[in-house]
Amino acid sequence: MERIPILQMGEFLLVTIQVDMHDQLALTLQDDLSERISRTSARGVLIDISALDIVDSFIGRMIGTISGLSRIMDAETVLVGMQPAVAITLVELGLTLPGVSTALNVERGMKLLHQRVAQQ
Amino acid sequence: MTILSSGTQPVRIEQDVVLARQTTRKLAQDCGMRLIDLTKLVTAVSELARNTMVYGGGGDMDWQVVEEGGRTGLRVIFRDEGPGIPDLKLAMTDGWTSGNGLGLGLTGAKRLVEDFELDTAPGAGTRITIARWI
Repeated sequence: MERIPILQMGEFLLVTIQVDMHDQLALTLQDDLSERISRTSARGVLIDISALDIVDSFIGRMIGTISGLSRIMDAETVLVGMQPAVAITLVELGLTLPGVSTALNVERGMKLLHQRVAQQ
Repeated sequence: MTILSSGTQPVRIEQDVVLARQTTRKLAQDCGMRLIDLTKLVTAVSELARNTMVYGGGGDMDWQVVEEGGRTGLRVIFRDEGPGIPDLKLAMTDGWTSGNGLGLGLTGAKRLVEDFELDTAPGAGTRITIARWI
């Protein structure tokens, strides 16, 4: 079965979405991530979507769910690398991703995750 | 309006939604559409293709590269023979969903394109035509 890889970097999990996901693949990622957070006691999740050309309401909802779900499991989620055209489209679509932390790139996202975890 | 080229592809399974996005992207790129407009159009196609698959029980997507008054446009039509939309006003309300989505598909898609036309009747299927111009 096709899957999006989840990498572990210390206490963080890193996901880089590089394929045009069909809906089931997005749902599988959601399930895999919650399972990995639980298994590894990860404190943070970094999702890199710099390779995504579009984010529609389904992917947007998946991102929101992952963020909410990881928060409940004591992990922070940071979404990084959204392309400007994708951001503009998302807002116009009506999806503002409330409660989802974002950073411009992986480096800043990692910094943000470290800060968040250190604060706790 | 002159149709310069056209084609049809099925929208029945999840992978077809991905293919619908890819076809639209390729066509829009070939037409020289700006990245931001292209992104909006492809996102609208993604929403409508999913609706066709999930709510319409599957259908087809027709695409047309058209020319009118010296402008080129990309027109995409989604048609299904599903149950139709019984309450159009409700369906065009932000946040309302008959399924378990966010209720942004139809209304969001409408905001992302320049032309939006919806034909539906209970039991008679749904046909949605969208277009963006270059």
